[in-house]
Amino acid sequence: MIKFILKRLMYIVAALFVIVTLTFFLMRIAPGSPFASEKSLPPEIEAALQEEYGLDNPWYIQYKDYLVSTAQFDFGESMKYKGRSTNDMIAESFPISLTLGIEAMILAVGLGVLVGVVTALYHNKFPDYLGTTIAVLGISVPSFILAGLLQYFVGLKWQLLPISGWNGFIYSIMPAFAIAVTHMGFIAKLVRSSMLEQNSSEYVKMARAKGLGKWTTVFKHTLRNALLPVVTYLGPLFAGVITGSFIVEQIFAIPGLGKYFVTSITNRDYTVIMGTTVFYSIILLFAVLIVDIIYGFIDPRINLKGGKK
Amino acid sequence: MSENLLEVKNLKINFKTYAGIVQAVRGVNFEVKQGETLCIVGESGSGKSVTSNALMKLIPQPPGIYEEGQILFDGRDLVPMTEKEMTKIRGNEIAMIFQDPMTALNPTMRIGKQIMEVILKHNKNVSKADAKKRAIELIDQVGIPFPEQRFKQYPHEFSGGMRQRIVIAIALAAEPKLLIADEPTTALDVTIQAQIIELMKEIQRTSNTAIIFITHDLGVVANIADRVAVMYAGQIVEYGTANEIFYNPKHPYTWGLLGSMPDLDNDADQLLRTIPGSPPDLIHPPKGDAFAARNEYAMQIDYEQDPPMFEVSATHFAKTWLLHPDAPNVPVPEAVRKRIEGYIQKNKEAGIDLGKVGE
Repeated sequence: MIKFILKRLMYIVAALFVIVTLTFFLMRIAPGSPFASEKSLPPEIEAALQEEYGLDNPWYIQYKDYLVSTAQFDFGESMKYKGRSTNDMIAESFPISLTLGIEAMILAVGLGVLVGVVTALYHNKFPDYLGTTIAVLGISVPSFILAGLLQYFVGLKWQLLPISGWNGFIYSIMPAFAIAVTHMGFIAKLVRSSMLEQNSSEYVKMARAKGLGKWTTVFKHTLRNALLPVVTYLGPLFAGVITGSFIVEQIFAIPGLGKYFVTSITNRDYTVIMGTTVFYSIILLFAVLIVDIIYGFIDPRINLKGGKK
Repeated sequence: MSENLLEVKNLKINFKTYAGIVQAVRGVNFEVKQGETLCIVGESGSGKSVTSNALMKLIPQPPGIYEEGQILFDGRDLVPMTEKEMTKIRGNEIAMIFQDPMTALNPTMRIGKQIMEVILKHNKNVSKADAKKRAIELIDQVGIPFPEQRFKQYPHEFSGGMRQRIVIAIALAAEPKLLIADEPTTALDVTIQAQIIELMKEIQRTSNTAIIFITHDLGVVANIADRVAVMYAGQIVEYGTANEIFYNPKHPYTWGLLGSMPDLDNDADQLLRTIPGSPPDLIHPPKGDAFAARNEYAMQIDYEQDPPMFEVSATHFAKTWLLHPDAPNVPVPEAVRKRIEGYIQKNKEAGIDLGKVGE
């Protein structure tokens, strides 16, 4: 087990190296610079700025500098927002996105699994049609439309929840729901098809032949096997959700991490681009690793040591 | 003669499909006595498995429909029972062994727990420790060494034959009165097949359980059956004791089945015989005898009227117009007759008394 994790950590480092390299060169290829604005700067000031951030060096020196600073997890000061370091920006906004993301994940997984199980259990009956319709709607209605509708009805018309801002749990309910609905739909569809596949296998029939009831069969036998493909999907999803959503955070005026992924690129804010990319990559790679470890616990057939004892 | 444990009366099972209603089981009658083995034989699609699943009410509804008939188990009719009432019978009074041991066990649950589950479900006052003890006994009883270590293992750590033994242990866990074995040996190789059959015979000797054994392997039937029901196109076409079916078959389909069994003793040099054609479409069952189109002895009436069950003896029935008093006398085909004589000869040499088996 420990050997497996160490090996995977090495892969993660290798993957990060590739990601950093690719990001670096993509940033270079993209035209524009962090200092470009409507008013063109006097050439000497631009040169001074370039020099301060080391952008006047040849690419291989810059590449080396990036690698070194990335290895130290010190991404430097933002090129757009004076006096703010990338690390601070992430440290400030990530907890907000994380809270929102975890709430959304709980909603998405809880409701998704529930709807999936019910639809599978009542296959081709009314609850199935209802649940499938909800899931398809959830998938197909974009989050910004749902967010707008929620704000209008729940926030403005019925005055049940605050329309926007970030000031405690009550502010997180609507945005969490807006993020969760699409993922809930996907999870529900995934659980449904996976459950149906399991239901046609003989051990489920065997469980019924043992005299177990419908729900006991689901909870003791089918669900654990049916959740295997869902767990695979949850890893990358989790990484995506906890690092924030640009759209939903903008609509609800939430100071989360999501916006930096987009604004850093439009601003050509090289240090922030690198910081957010590496941060997201680390979370994603670890999420995938954790999924693999969880797999070993859910499915005894998977041996994490790889090969024989 | 003892009481009938199970009596199936005119059972009809339909399935609703997009193409139409499939009449999978079309009026089946049979009974099983305490401690007796009934074999149901027939080719694929003849309704054997549907019949066996129907007895446990394991046919999903929809698409399955219990069109007609009764399943009397210990005097109670299972057909109108609710799902909840059935959970008290399944696993407890009627247990089932499945065809494919590779998929019949939950891959993510320890086998010990899978056995204990049945014991705990059907005996409310058994403690977990007692259930564990009993489960270990059962693993031992079905012939798996080191039961205590095996108790903690997962299905993937067992071979196919071992898994089938575990499935049998699960079936035996609540000491059922009736065991339904749906082709339990089909997915196993021949040596393991023989072991599993021996195991089942031994279980029957020690616990007096009635067994319904579904198979398409006549060799297995000869080995294990007290009585045999030959199924074709959702109906029982011949029904009798094992000796009657093997030594005095009356239905042309049974002749075909016996003739298509590989036999190394009596005519090893011959080509394997087959029954020409394929089973009829059960969405639109043919008029008259369902077997008529494949029957080389078919008469005009076979295409017009469904034959009734003709009584050959008190225990032997066959559904063919050939047994009608007005029918021409059609002898058993030469090749099949030679085989039967071979069997009788072999048994005589082995000193087995066959008793009276027809003429």
